[in-house]
Amino acid sequence: MRALWGLAGVAVAFVCSMVAATGLENGEKRSGFDFMTPETQALQTDDMSNPGMLWVLQGEQLWQQPEGRAEIACAGCHGDAGQTMGGVAARYPAFDEAIGRPIDLAGRINSCRAARQRAEPLAPESDELLALTTYVAHQSRGMPVAPATDARIAPFRDNGRRLFQSRIGQLDLSCASCHDANWGRRLGGSVIPQAHPNGYPLYRLEWQAVGSLQRRLRNCMIGVRAEPFAFGAPEFVDLELYLMERARGLPIETPGVRP
Amino acid sequence: MVGLALAATVLVASPSTGGEVRSYAITGDAILQPLTGKQGDPARGAALMMDRQRSLCTLCHSGPFPEPHLHGTLAPDLAGVGARLSEGQIRLRVVDMRRLVPDTIMPSYYRIADEERRLAASWRGKPILSSADIEDIVVYLATLKG
Ligand code: HEC
Ligand code: HEC
Repeated sequence: MRALWGLAGVAVAFVCSMVAATGLENGEKRSGFDFMTPETQALQTDDMSNPGMLWVLQGEQLWQQPEGRAEIACAGCHGDAGQTMGGVAARYPAFDEAIGRPIDLAGRINSCRAARQRAEPLAPESDELLALTTYVAHQSRGMPVAPATDARIAPFRDNGRRLFQSRIGQLDLSCASCHDANWGRRLGGSVIPQAHPNGYPLYRLEWQAVGSLQRRLRNCMIGVRAEPFAFGAPEFVDLELYLMERARGLPIETPGVRP
Repeated sequence: MVGLALAATVLVASPSTGGEVRSYAITGDAILQPLTGKQGDPARGAALMMDRQRSLCTLCHSGPFPEPHLHGTLAPDLAGVGARLSEGQIRLRVVDMRRLVPDTIMPSYYRIADEERRLAASWRGKPILSSADIEDIVVYLATLKG
């Protein structure tokens, strides 16, 4: 009798997880913002209190500053970011002819530095690279995520989906185990969001700093005791392509704030 | 769905990696014999259950444990689990839930993870919990009668 009880319990839980595993339906797409406390939401929506705005300001300065052997600023080619950069973050990552694969926004900034400014690349997660990326992405705030429909990108996005659904690490969980099948439930004290990339780079209270999407993804990988991909790894760009497709239509929030 | 060999006893061979995982026998949906050959310590088990870094149990499960606001909601509440399940049934569920629910999110605590799944270097070649840890947890959970 006791054995039957146990089995029934397992069967019910199993059926529930099957139903939940169908992924995100359109009507239930929710930004990570929606899962936060009103206090943290207020921190994000008020520019005077959003700490990420400090990175935006720093990025604005760097945008104007001549760099490299070409001694030219981002503004020297692109002019007023408010006019030229709106919508860019909403469609990135984009296909890069030079390397024959998609590139993310931080990768594009570094490739402009190398090719146009003839300057050294900025290190991943350096304040400068985060500031410039945050500044550029901020120009798309409020615009819906709208990934490019470039056929050359499809195989990389497919690889991103495969990575999202693959179980990894000692805990043997996939991104989908948490973010498709169990979003809205709690892992310990934290609500599991749907894993949308629309707020990045963002200020995380736990980091006490702005960080990139890749930093967030590395945290999730380390959490399941997997070897994280290195900053700048092509796998991260593939994952971002899939996350952007999943987030299609959500507004860009950069700089977001998260707990 | 569960593919349980309800009557048969299945002997699971221990993997060859370092011998940290010993063999055990599955009878129905239970492992009847303690993995260590002796009863665990329920006080140690209670402490381990709440250890979010080591056992991780309360990341997913709630139950009659301290700090309920830090309990997860990904898994059944463990209150009364000792009344629902026998010690042997609890043991199999902690050792390898996947045998009962193939696509479960509950990690298999007594199994060497596959290195091809990007297993981080520091976790190679060992199960999540030792046989002694699991025995401590099993006897503790068996005391939760409701
Ligand atoms: C065991 C559960 C779990 C797994 C597996 C997991 N995550 Fe997460 N993820 C979380 C939790 C919990 C948070 C929120 C943390 C917080 O707010 O403190 C999160 C946050 C995120 C965010 C940030 C969303 C936002 O609004 O800022 C992204 C993006 C993300 N995860 C992507 C992934 C990807 C990609 C993978 C696989 C490589 C993955 N996660 C694996 C639990 C998980
Ligand atoms: C990542 C999530 C997760 C973690 C961590 C986890 N479990 Fe579970 N556990 C589950 C789920 C989900 C189920 C229900 C079976 C299913 O649907 O897969 C379950 C079921 C159980 C059951 C059967 C409960 C019943 O009433 O039938 C026991 C016992 C159990 N877990 C004990 C533990 C112990 C002890 C630990 C830590 C050593 C632990 N679990 C860690 C997710 C988890």
